[in-house]
Amino acid sequence: MRHSIALLAALLLAACGSQPPSPEQNPAGVESRSPSEVRAEPVAPQAIDPFGVAALKDPKSILSKRSVYFDYDSFVVKDEFKNLIEAHAKFLVNNPKFKMLIQGNADERGSREYNLALGQKRADAVKKALQLLGAREDQIESVSLGEEKPVCGDQTEDCWAKNRRGDMLYSGEF
Amino acid sequence: MRLHRHIAGLALGVVAVSAYAQLAIEITGAGANRLPVAIADFPGERIVSQALTSVVRGDLERSGLFKLVDTGGQALPENASVAYGDWKARGADALAVGSVAMTSEGRYETRFRLHDIQKQAVLGSQGYAHTSGQLRATAHRISDFIYEKLTGEPGIFSTRIAYVVKSTGRFELQIADADGGNAQTALASREPIISPTWSPDGSKLAYVSFEAKKPVVYVHDLSTGRRHVAANFKGSNSAPAWSPDGRKLAVVLTKDGSSQLYLVNSDGSGVTRIASSSGIDTEPQFSPDGQSIYFTSDRGGSPQIYRIGATGGDVQRITFDGSYNVTARPSPDGRSLAYVSRSGGRFQLTLMDLATKQTQILTDSAKDESPSFAPNGRMIIFATEVGGRGVLAAVSTDGRVKQKLSIQAGDVREPSWGPYVK
Repeated sequence: MRHSIALLAALLLAACGSQPPSPEQNPAGVESRSPSEVRAEPVAPQAIDPFGVAALKDPKSILSKRSVYFDYDSFVVKDEFKNLIEAHAKFLVNNPKFKMLIQGNADERGSREYNLALGQKRADAVKKALQLLGAREDQIESVSLGEEKPVCGDQTEDCWAKNRRGDMLYSGEF
Repeated sequence: MRLHRHIAGLALGVVAVSAYAQLAIEITGAGANRLPVAIADFPGERIVSQALTSVVRGDLERSGLFKLVDTGGQALPENASVAYGDWKARGADALAVGSVAMTSEGRYETRFRLHDIQKQAVLGSQGYAHTSGQLRATAHRISDFIYEKLTGEPGIFSTRIAYVVKSTGRFELQIADADGGNAQTALASREPIISPTWSPDGSKLAYVSFEAKKPVVYVHDLSTGRRHVAANFKGSNSAPAWSPDGRKLAVVLTKDGSSQLYLVNSDGSGVTRIASSSGIDTEPQFSPDGQSIYFTSDRGGSPQIYRIGATGGDVQRITFDGSYNVTARPSPDGRSLAYVSRSGGRFQLTLMDLATKQTQILTDSAKDESPSFAPNGRMIIFATEVGGRGVLAAVSTDGRVKQKLSIQAGDVREPSWGPYVK
């Protein structure tokens, strides 16, 4: 347990060092953000600090839940996601070296670029909610995937609702 | 290590597309008064499997402005004496004759002549030196010549289109001749690619790629296959649009908050803000004179099209009908505006006369997106959906001529019509 967290922290620092959310131009080329850099070892549930690093991957922890869903044409974080936002804000406060990428998404109807802007508004709403609860601005980058990465491909309201979403990813997951 | 992983996930450079993945073009509507034209076979033209004149006939027919007159399979060289009376009897207004001859190993010379049957006169003659690999390009040039002589407008058969093909787990930015032939892949990625747009000189494409898990704007040189980041700020970077002089890009950045309009030099330097709103401003597009920028904004409560000076200034609202008008594209002459309008749940390509503000819906489809004008302003290519599949379609600005371009292997989207080829 201790070993795996130390390893995770080391990987995390390496990851943070090489990929800050860059506020400046990056003309040197493409950043490679590999999803496989951090792999938390599974640990026994009783060993988990409810707001510690391992809780991020523990299905029993609220921190393993990462998605905030939105109504059609809406950017309001609904009350049902209050606990989720609070938990992640607390995690970011307690783990100040952790960074988060919030990817906003939109359903497929209409213009791709306008949907990209709608997804950005959703990511920004999640970011703002986390900041109000103490997360630092420089810990969080909000971006949009627009309609380009749907989790559900059918043309139904159920499906569109799943695609109107903000996803919270931590360092090493993006 | 990182670099290698990156290269493994992306294929750069230009790679020919296999035959089954080529765009197939289909005519779904034609003009009202089509000009009858006869294209005789050219002696010597079968230097590759596809005859030169079959490409010319295909071009003219698809334009919707010409009706091909049966030639009875006659092969007539450019210096043949033309029996004007016979061709008049066949109903032809114009006749093209020509020949293809090998000048040295692998080199050919194609000569042709265009006759006006009514006036019994030669409208023009042309000669082209080319390789067998340039047969299609030569045919498109002949089509352009015929089109211009008979309609008074430049032809667009030699132009190219860019578009994105999505197949399972793979996105490809492709470039093809305007008839869908000769398709080549400029970029392949596992992550989405959107909003490709040609530089005014046709040498580069700007586009948005999601390979960094967020939208980043790139400029890609087509001759070298090299590319550079044009905008990668904190947040999202998208919607590139070239200034008419090719020096700058209008882009949408979220570095200072919501999606807003900025200008950057095409090398990625010197970012300046154009407009300011508390909501969404996106989809910038320069007017052809470079003086103003059309864009989409929700500042009035619903997405509508607005116009602002190219370096900022007063904002003028352009669309008022309906609650969703997006993706403005001014025509090359600057007189009209194509955009996508939602009405009754249908998204349709619409054309507005900017002087009279009169609008016309150009399609009967329901999921139109991403319109792009041909450089002569006569046709608009756009993405739509047929049978649940993404296809490209083109429509003339009078709504009569209609074409569909599709591939068997996947969804096609995000078309951009390239400039005239010099």
